[in-house]
Amino acid sequence: MDRSSHSRTRRMAPFVAVAAAAALTLAGCSSSSGGKKSTEDSSGASAGKASTPRMTVALVTHQAPGDTFWDIVRKGAQAAADKDNIKLIYSADPNAGNQSNLVQNAIDQKVDGIAVTLAKPDALKDVIGKAKTANIPVVGLNSGLSDWKNLGLLEFFGQDETVAGEALGKRLNTEGAKKVVCVIQEQGNIGLTQRCDGVKKTFTGSTEVLNVNGTDMPSVKSTITAKLTQDKAIDYVVTLGAPFALTAVQSLTDAGSKAKVATFDLNKDLTTAISKGTIQFAVDQQPYLQGYLAVDSLWLYKNNGNYSGGGEQPVLTGPAFVDKTNVAAVAKYAANGTR
Amino acid sequence: MSMTQHAEPAVTSPPAPGPKETDGRTSERPLALRLLARPEVGVFLGAAAVYVFFLIAAPPVREGASMANILYSSSTIGIMALPVALLMIGGEFDLSAGVAVITSALTASMLSYQLTMNVWVGVTVALLVSLGIGFLNGWMVVKTGLPSFLVTLGSFLILQGVNLAVTKLVTGNVATDDISNMDGFGQAKKVFASSFEVGGVNVKITIIYWLVFAAIATWVLLRTKYGNWVFAVGGNKDSARAVGVPVAFTKISLFMLVGFGAWFIGMHQLFSFNTVQSGEGVGQELIYISAAVIGGCLLTGGAGSAIGPVFGAFMFGMVQQGIVYAGWNPDWFKAFLGVMLLGAVLINLWVQRTATRR
Repeated sequence: MDRSSHSRTRRMAPFVAVAAAAALTLAGCSSSSGGKKSTEDSSGASAGKASTPRMTVALVTHQAPGDTFWDIVRKGAQAAADKDNIKLIYSADPNAGNQSNLVQNAIDQKVDGIAVTLAKPDALKDVIGKAKTANIPVVGLNSGLSDWKNLGLLEFFGQDETVAGEALGKRLNTEGAKKVVCVIQEQGNIGLTQRCDGVKKTFTGSTEVLNVNGTDMPSVKSTITAKLTQDKAIDYVVTLGAPFALTAVQSLTDAGSKAKVATFDLNKDLTTAISKGTIQFAVDQQPYLQGYLAVDSLWLYKNNGNYSGGGEQPVLTGPAFVDKTNVAAVAKYAANGTR
Repeated sequence: MSMTQHAEPAVTSPPAPGPKETDGRTSERPLALRLLARPEVGVFLGAAAVYVFFLIAAPPVREGASMANILYSSSTIGIMALPVALLMIGGEFDLSAGVAVITSALTASMLSYQLTMNVWVGVTVALLVSLGIGFLNGWMVVKTGLPSFLVTLGSFLILQGVNLAVTKLVTGNVATDDISNMDGFGQAKKVFASSFEVGGVNVKITIIYWLVFAAIATWVLLRTKYGNWVFAVGGNKDSARAVGVPVAFTKISLFMLVGFGAWFIGMHQLFSFNTVQSGEGVGQELIYISAAVIGGCLLTGGAGSAIGPVFGAFMFGMVQQGIVYAGWNPDWFKAFLGVMLLGAVLINLWVQRTATRR
């Protein structure tokens, strides 16, 4: 049949592709600026290594795939694990039911400690109880500041999202802002909503929330542009993630707006934008620190019986402000993907 | 139903001349009704209704700059909705279209950056990768005879995982590095993500590409042999094969066309935002498919047009941005979007039913 002859010629396509790619490479189309060659080979932080017996720790978060923030948490956790002679098992699922199954999975593996995020505390209540029955210490991180104690966790490392929002709101007052739009990239996410609520609480001007489709950058850009056109009085755009702040800057140009941009959370490009002055400041909750401390604390507990905060108080990792005055010190760590 | 009018081009032999119009079995219907029976007219009216609605409800929409913004938003959906619509006319379906956009952008960005190459190298390789993904999707559908829903659901999941895992493996982070200072970036940005002024209004170049692509697609569908093949394989694969239509070639090429679209939009995203987050794109496939369906493409294949999805995409952009221009409570955002779209589709359906019921 003619069908096979067609597919035979088509089958060559991948080979042609590889050959073309190789040809292009050989043609020496290299870039004289930027690229990997321009960055120095910089490795992350590394301390000595503990000589304590090997232990296993599970870190179970509610990360959605491909989120920069959680990647930094994981790097912090891995750094602590490497230092403490710990085997780190990382797993994540944004669905609370699935996350609870992952915790159960860790219990079944008889790990020596579990670090867990409490984005939906009620869903994890039972499985945390099971961990306690199995005598596995559990610590909390990132979200769940109001629930970790009730659930009987050993200690907690994180930032209160509302407190972080409040801090940003206060900062906006000193900046002299009048009208703020708070951009939520994932409608219905509790932590994001709390941040905007916190801003609203302390900011003396008016605050409005804007929902955007976070999985589609062009649509994020148009929607922020639309909002700035609809309400010309907006003089500050607050985003809840670094990539969205960078997009908001483009929206300002499109809308011909004079508003300024502030954001929660950091990344490499954002530190550049802060030093250039296109973005005013960022509230950093130090995700690396959250991952690092949570894992390290389980090592301390096992080997020396310590617990931070004495089981009474949470350990706060933020809010820390990064602005033009201190961005230089932070930038090199952000470039490594650890701040 | 609406299929009948498109079944005509599906048969490659010329329609029998003579008796059909005069034998009295079918009386000529009024022009207005015949026009209304075309799928793209229904969606045009739906889009016009939504436009007029927001023109009244949201004063900022009346400004030229706002219209440019709405059209930009529509164009980034519309450029992908076009090949997705053609594929649907050809009787297949692509769930991997949303993440494929990101795959393409990631490929171009990481390849250029890691090998410190001129960005055009990355752009070219990304095109080959995107066409390759389309080819594999099509080849598997044709070879196995499995529903494209299943095959592309598989590739959707594979690409989603690969996007994340490879990016992490290569860059050590889940987002790519900034390539805006590399050779060729400026040129590529001009091609894929520039804008120009018209009467003081900043217009994005994607709008032009969108309309040009739609015009080409319309011409191909209605005026070329390939267009006939597309309708034929979507209408009835077996009879199409029986009259000599190269079914495998047509289907595979349609999947590759979706790959081309994914590459184009991927490049637009890369060159307008400089970096790409590996987790993006999930869920976009449904928006492309919705725009095509609203635009009159049947889920069963064999019917549809290229101009219909243009209005479908416009409707999406209009509603999505219109809600913001109107300053409505954002908690209701998605609900508004759903109601508006469903309303528009119902108008579309009603128009077609009234027009064809005779």
